[in-house]
Amino acid sequence: MCGIAGIFNMMGNDGVSLNALQSMVGALYHRGPDESGCYLDDRIGLGHARLSIIDLAGGTQPIHNEDKSLWIVYNGETYNYQELRGQLQQKGHNFYTDSDTEVILHLYEEYGADCLNRMNGQFALAIWDVKKRQLFLARDRVGIRPLYYTIAGNTLIFASEIKAIFVNREVSREIDPVAMDQIFTFWTTLGPRTVFKDIYELPPGHYMKISHGKSTLKKYWDIPFYSRSEQFDSAPAEICEQIRELLMDAVRIRLRADVPVGCYLSGGLDSSAVAGMVVRNFNHDTRTFGIRFEQKGFDEGEHQNRMVSWLKANHTEILSTNDKIGISLPECLWHCEKPILRTSPVPLFLLSELVNQSGLKVVLTGEGADEVFGGYNIFKEAKIRRFWSRYPGSQRRAGLIDKLYPYIFDNPRLRRSMRSFFARGLDGVNDPFFSHLIRWGNTSRIKKFFSAELRDTIGDYDGYLQVRENLSPDYEKWDYLSRAQYLEMSIFLSNYLLCSQGDRVAMAHSLEIRLPYLDPRVMELAARVQAKWKILGTNEKYILKRAFQNILPDQILRRSKHPYRAPISQSLLNGKAAPLTKDMLSESALKRTGLFDSNKVAKLQRKIRDMDNPGEIDSMALVGILSSQIIYHQFIEDFSVQTNFMHPRNLLIDRRAQVIQYTN
Amino acid sequence: MVDVQQEIRGYIVDKILFDDGEILDENLSFQESGILDSTGFLELITFIEERFGIEISDWELIPENFDTLRKVAGFVQSKKQKNGLDCKLKAGG
Repeated sequence: MCGIAGIFNMMGNDGVSLNALQSMVGALYHRGPDESGCYLDDRIGLGHARLSIIDLAGGTQPIHNEDKSLWIVYNGETYNYQELRGQLQQKGHNFYTDSDTEVILHLYEEYGADCLNRMNGQFALAIWDVKKRQLFLARDRVGIRPLYYTIAGNTLIFASEIKAIFVNREVSREIDPVAMDQIFTFWTTLGPRTVFKDIYELPPGHYMKISHGKSTLKKYWDIPFYSRSEQFDSAPAEICEQIRELLMDAVRIRLRADVPVGCYLSGGLDSSAVAGMVVRNFNHDTRTFGIRFEQKGFDEGEHQNRMVSWLKANHTEILSTNDKIGISLPECLWHCEKPILRTSPVPLFLLSELVNQSGLKVVLTGEGADEVFGGYNIFKEAKIRRFWSRYPGSQRRAGLIDKLYPYIFDNPRLRRSMRSFFARGLDGVNDPFFSHLIRWGNTSRIKKFFSAELRDTIGDYDGYLQVRENLSPDYEKWDYLSRAQYLEMSIFLSNYLLCSQGDRVAMAHSLEIRLPYLDPRVMELAARVQAKWKILGTNEKYILKRAFQNILPDQILRRSKHPYRAPISQSLLNGKAAPLTKDMLSESALKRTGLFDSNKVAKLQRKIRDMDNPGEIDSMALVGILSSQIIYHQFIEDFSVQTNFMHPRNLLIDRRAQVIQYTN
Repeated sequence: MVDVQQEIRGYIVDKILFDDGEILDENLSFQESGILDSTGFLELITFIEERFGIEISDWELIPENFDTLRKVAGFVQSKKQKNGLDCKLKAGG
């Protein structure tokens, strides 16, 4: 895994500054500390920071084709590269390395943008066609690997992380008010917007071609879902067999690496299944890594330990204390590059450091299973509320909600009244966003802390409208669960889960995560499974659990879903982080950023301090406001990237002085 | 009555709305306007029980009794009278 960067003079041939390009690559040191390389000609500069995983000796980038008319910088893995390489060799392509990167370049040479449909992997890449003077940028289907860009004058600047774009002084750094509205509704921005004005992400499943000053953006893949008539009618046992086989293969090809591969193990079903498959079928020495918490409500140690002894795994855990979470938040945010509403990215940031210190560069994780197989409470909540809406007066139906949120319903006296809150909007079952309206509405409550100026700038912007416009044309043909899954995957998966709880916090410590559940074949298969087999009654991920029957311990299979969360107020308002929180949320700091109303934020802090157990929205508001303040401080007010002089410079192709023959 | 209502209003403005409470008319429905979510409701009940020293029985714990400022204040007032409690509020709460 790596970091990529580039500067493209779209109109002129002024050349690109090597210094500027090297500064960008330097800002990505953590993504690729093993090597770095640059390519420059009179139009473009391509930079690469390498974390060597495949072909350790020969895979130095940028990589070129036979006649050096195509150059690639590539961040990612294409797991089926060995098969693709064979096919390309048969077609006459010659290779000078054993890397997957070179395979991708020849695949592009052979098929153009269609190459993306043949790749099974996670990647962000840039290919420069010297003859056509065309830049090709692409990103994997679900957006596991990041890619951002901006256009400053006639120059397009792109990089794996925004900080590498910001090292260019001509790029302005501002918070985008609309992005703030989106984050405080959906937990993330709606692509291609980022929290920084005029900095865009290349959306997942998209590619962009830029030549002669013109760019075209194209979607090459969308999250698969099907109408009932296109779904399987097979018996569950048969579907389970297919799921097992495919997942096993998804795991098998994700173990391809020239370095050892470990596994994350939380104690939940998804990571347990992945670790189980690896240890039992491929490598019984595989190391596993897990997070522990001080407080019982967050800790999954009991289940983790159960899996560890069952697997006889070589397990290492990190105790993610409240103090560690609090003091690590700023560094974690430096990598997330966006405000967050929960502290849950931080323990994963700490975990990747542990893995790095243990000498590993790659781990398999269980992320994605909840999205693909229907594991989240929000899916069950929508199903129950839909069922309830047919007889809104039924307390029996209403009672199904209680089990979903035991922490809300633990006081029997309050059950009936609590239920009434979930009864709101029961008449809106036909709304395309029925499944998500409660969550988005609740999150939007935090916007009351926005400053008057921020609210004025946002004006009457309506994020729902944008989501509506971007819905798949087939949305209405799908079952309700598929619709909810689509919303979750198209909004939350790439920009939050795979980013702030995925790539960014792992790559912060030079760790690559690989996600078998997001193998496109697995997603395709799951999309053809009927909703009733994904959530049977109120049993989430039923088909996945059934697929792992007799493979995983019963206690793990029968465990009810434990949402992964981390402490908030205990981490941020008490202990070592308290002074920083106080400073960042002081009246003067809030006035400087101008994003939030300082009086209201003061009231919020007082309220949370006075409570033993602050509410969900208040806690999210605290993290959201604090993280926005920190992001502003780090990226707008006081931006600086430290140069790491340890970064080896392995390759420099400088063709700026050469006369290049163009095809047009 | 006015004192009770003022105090409950102060709590909602300070701890739930966080603003000057401009919209908080005494007949505004908490649920319909979205002022209270489930957590806010819990917090309000806890505040009322602790501040006014009244016990709210299970059957009274329905949103209808707590849906507007006026209803909440009326409910608290009648409870206090019914319980024969000293209506004097603890100074400073």
